[in-house]
Amino acid sequence: MNRKKKSIKEIWVPVAAILIFILIWQLICVFELVPGFMLPSPLDVGKAFVTDFPLLMHHAGITLLEAFFGLTIGVMLGFCCAALMDTFPVVKSALYPILVLTQTIPPVAIAPLLILWFSYGIWPKVILVVLVAFFPMAVGLLEGFQSVDSDLIRLMKSMKATKWQIFWKVKVPSALGNFFSGLKIAVSYSVVGAVIAEWLGGFIGLGVYMTRVKKSLSYDKMFAVILLVSAISLLLMAVVKVIQYKAMPWEHARKE
Amino acid sequence: MEKEILRAEHITKSYGEKQVLNDINFSLKEGELVCLLGVSGVGKTTLFNVLSGLTAPDKGKVLLASENGFTDITEKNGMLSYMLQKDLLLPHMHVVDNVALPLTLKGVPKKKARETASEYFRRFGLDGTQNKYPAQLSGGMRQRAALLRTYLCGNKVALLDEPFSALDTITKASLQEWFLEVMEDLGMSTIFITHDIDEAILLSDRIYMMTGSPATLTGEFRIEQPKPRNQSFTMTDEFLQYKKDIRRLLFVDQIAFS
Repeated sequence: MNRKKKSIKEIWVPVAAILIFILIWQLICVFELVPGFMLPSPLDVGKAFVTDFPLLMHHAGITLLEAFFGLTIGVMLGFCCAALMDTFPVVKSALYPILVLTQTIPPVAIAPLLILWFSYGIWPKVILVVLVAFFPMAVGLLEGFQSVDSDLIRLMKSMKATKWQIFWKVKVPSALGNFFSGLKIAVSYSVVGAVIAEWLGGFIGLGVYMTRVKKSLSYDKMFAVILLVSAISLLLMAVVKVIQYKAMPWEHARKE
Repeated sequence: MEKEILRAEHITKSYGEKQVLNDINFSLKEGELVCLLGVSGVGKTTLFNVLSGLTAPDKGKVLLASENGFTDITEKNGMLSYMLQKDLLLPHMHVVDNVALPLTLKGVPKKKARETASEYFRRFGLDGTQNKYPAQLSGGMRQRAALLRTYLCGNKVALLDEPFSALDTITKASLQEWFLEVMEDLGMSTIFITHDIDEAILLSDRIYMMTGSPATLTGEFRIEQPKPRNQSFTMTDEFLQYKKDIRRLLFVDQIAFS
């Protein structure tokens, strides 16, 4: 009974809210409370999505590729950086303020510079994704490494464990929860980061598609691509959640 | 039970301005179970950290019996097996891998380490838990697993820091009886910390009283009751007499130092 109530609360309430929102949006358009060229109706957006589906997928493939490369490099760099900051306090003192400072600079401000330095190809987009994905990973992992129970470290030392063994057997598994929390943020940032980079220069990608449909005042297509970007982000976050579930079986074994 | 296996000589330790331990001297004999009894915060864990090599003493040394007399093991990790207050089982590892951890850390192949650890599961009342995660075990079972891990460290002496303090009264009582049997069986030389007078009397061959600030060892009691003991010992007049004597000494010192 409780489970049923929970599923109503957790699934059906938000679904109903979204459906009501779409219905209100459709009614606003039907009764022309807002001019159609400014706010296309959900039905128009759906039609635009279906019509342009092959083109959208073509652009999405490139955006996903940029996001994938950027995310992979960002995650690896974030891991190495967090491990170094955890192992050497002097590295943390030197790097941490710089890391925080970089987060005050909006990606939109960096993208033109990257295009200037690395031209219009895939790399300026990948680098921007690296920059946006790196921070949540580095900070999340560092917190994970440093929140390990100090008694656990004492125990490992009393068993003559090396620093390497302590890192891999205790710190890395303990930080997995933080790793996946950071990764969920990083995957959504990576798609958005790639789209932003494409806005400011390039030949292909969802950001390029977005600027083109904006110039042709095709706002139905604009909304379609926005929905697609959201859907991709949500899907990637769900994939991370599934990987986390598989990678941390002890977390749900607890609830058995 | 006569041969000395461990000696602590003139252990003194300060943290900054605050002196925690002052000239601690004691010894442990082979197969003996010695208790360090004192109130919380007196410096018992600091003493264990020094004994286990995790913390360097300001003065004094820790000596372990070896083939050629005694070897100085001060500041050497891994010479004594150490079980901390919490069970500290790694949540991501199966129970068998947790227990086998001291072996895998020494480079024993995982399969061999698991086999060795599994041989002791029945004796430690852990049969059938090999492939469970620590979160799936009760508090008592977790402590048993932690104790087996401590045993598998393979050292001559075990240090147990309040091993039963986190358990409820009933679990604690049954685990204490089991502990006495298992220690008798394995013949482990053990020093354990507690602030529970009843536990100290029930489990120990000897009790050292640790009091004052900085802490010193102010008294030594020998518990003459033969082993194996069980909870019925706690109802005897002898037990009550031990308890009275210990309380008197503890509280007199506590008042004197407060």
